[in-house]
Amino acid sequence: MKQENLIDAVRDSSGVNPRKCMKCGKCTATCPAFEAMEYHPHQFVDMVERGKIEQLMQSKGIWNCLSCFACVERCPRNVKPAQLIEAVRLAVIRQQGMNHLKPEQIPELLNPDLPQQAITSAFRKYRK
Amino acid sequence: MVVNYFPGCTLKTHAKYLDLCGRKAAEKLGVELRELPEWQCCGAVYPMARDEIATRLSSVRALMSARDNGGELVTLCSACHHVIKRVNGDMQRDENIRTKVNNYLKPETPYAGETTVLHYLELLRDKIGWDAVREKVVKPLEGKKIGAYYGCLLLRPSAEMQMDNAENPTIMENLLRAIGAEPVIYSMRNECCGGYVTMEDSSFAASRAKAICDNAAACGAEALITACPLCYYNLKQNGSLPVYDFTQLLAEALGVDMEGLEQ
Repeated sequence: MKQENLIDAVRDSSGVNPRKCMKCGKCTATCPAFEAMEYHPHQFVDMVERGKIEQLMQSKGIWNCLSCFACVERCPRNVKPAQLIEAVRLAVIRQQGMNHLKPEQIPELLNPDLPQQAITSAFRKYRK
Repeated sequence: MVVNYFPGCTLKTHAKYLDLCGRKAAEKLGVELRELPEWQCCGAVYPMARDEIATRLSSVRALMSARDNGGELVTLCSACHHVIKRVNGDMQRDENIRTKVNNYLKPETPYAGETTVLHYLELLRDKIGWDAVREKVVKPLEGKKIGAYYGCLLLRPSAEMQMDNAENPTIMENLLRAIGAEPVIYSMRNECCGGYVTMEDSSFAASRAKAICDNAAACGAEALITACPLCYYNLKQNGSLPVYDFTQLLAEALGVDMEGLEQ
C-alpha cells in the first residue's frame, strides 16, 4: 500500500487522532507490556502522527500489546493508543499471506488447561 | 425472575465450573438463567477497528435474540461481557457500523442497541441486591481473606463498560462482604494478567501473574476470585495463591450442593 494510503487506513480504522497527544507518557508508564514494545506506546502515537507506519508494521512490539485498555483508560487526552496498535496490526495481517499465527502452529502451543478463550483471542488478534 | 443468559465458548469447556456454579447460585437467589438458543462465540476480543463488521456479527445476533425475548442479556465471562457490551454500544452510537451490520443480517426489525447487557455481578448488585444475597447465605465464608481480581476486561474502558469505578472498584469486594468473607484490597487487582499473549510467550504471562499474586499475598489475601477464564488460567498456572471462580464461592456460601458439579 502507498505510504499516504497506509496513514489514512490506520487513522480511519482506529478512529484516533494522534495529534491530540500531549506526550505526557502516561500510556507508557501504565502499559504492562512497555518493555516488550521497542516503540513504547507514547512513541507509537508519535510515529503514527509522523506517518512512520511501515516502520511500526515491522516492529515485534505490535504482537505484545495485551489490549488491556490501561492506556485507553488513563490517557488524559483520550487518545486511545491501543486502537492505533490494533490498526497497525490489522494493516499487517490484512495483507495476503501475512498472518502472524497460523493454524499449524497451534498444536505445539496447546496445553490441556489452556482455555478456548486464549486460542480464539490469539487467532482474532494475529490472523485474518 | 427469568433472564436471558450468554455462557460463551469457554464456559462450555474449560470453565464449566464458572458456569454451573453461576446457574446454581442464581437458582438459590430465585433467578433462572435462560440460555440463549443457538448462541455463537463472541470472538473473545473486542474488534477495536471501526471497519471490522464481520467480527461484530455474532454479538449482534445474541443481542437481537435477547431483545426479542425480554430485552436483557446476562453474561458471566469477563471477555464475553466486554465484547458484547461494547458491540452493543457500537450499535447504539456508530451509524456506519449499525447500517452495515443491519444490511448484512437483514433482521425483521433493525437492531440499534436496544438490549440491556448485564454482567452476572451487575445482576447481583442491581437486580437482586447485596442485602438479598446476604439473607440467602447459609455458609458464610467467615474469616476468609480474599482478594478480588478484576483484570482488564470487566472495567475498562469505563466510559463504555460503566460497571464500576475502573481504578477503585467495589463490586466484587461487596460480593465478598455479602457472602461473609473479608475482601483484601491490593493495588494490582485491575492490572492485566498477561491475557492471550500467554499463547506465544508464556513467560510474560507468568511474570504478570506472579506479580499480581505476590502483591495480593503481601496485602494479606489467602486466595483470589475472578470472573475471567483466561485470568483464572494465567493466575493458576503461575501464581502463588489459590484461585476460584467467583461463582464457586457464591454457590458454596448459598448452600448449593457442590457434589456432582463437574469441576
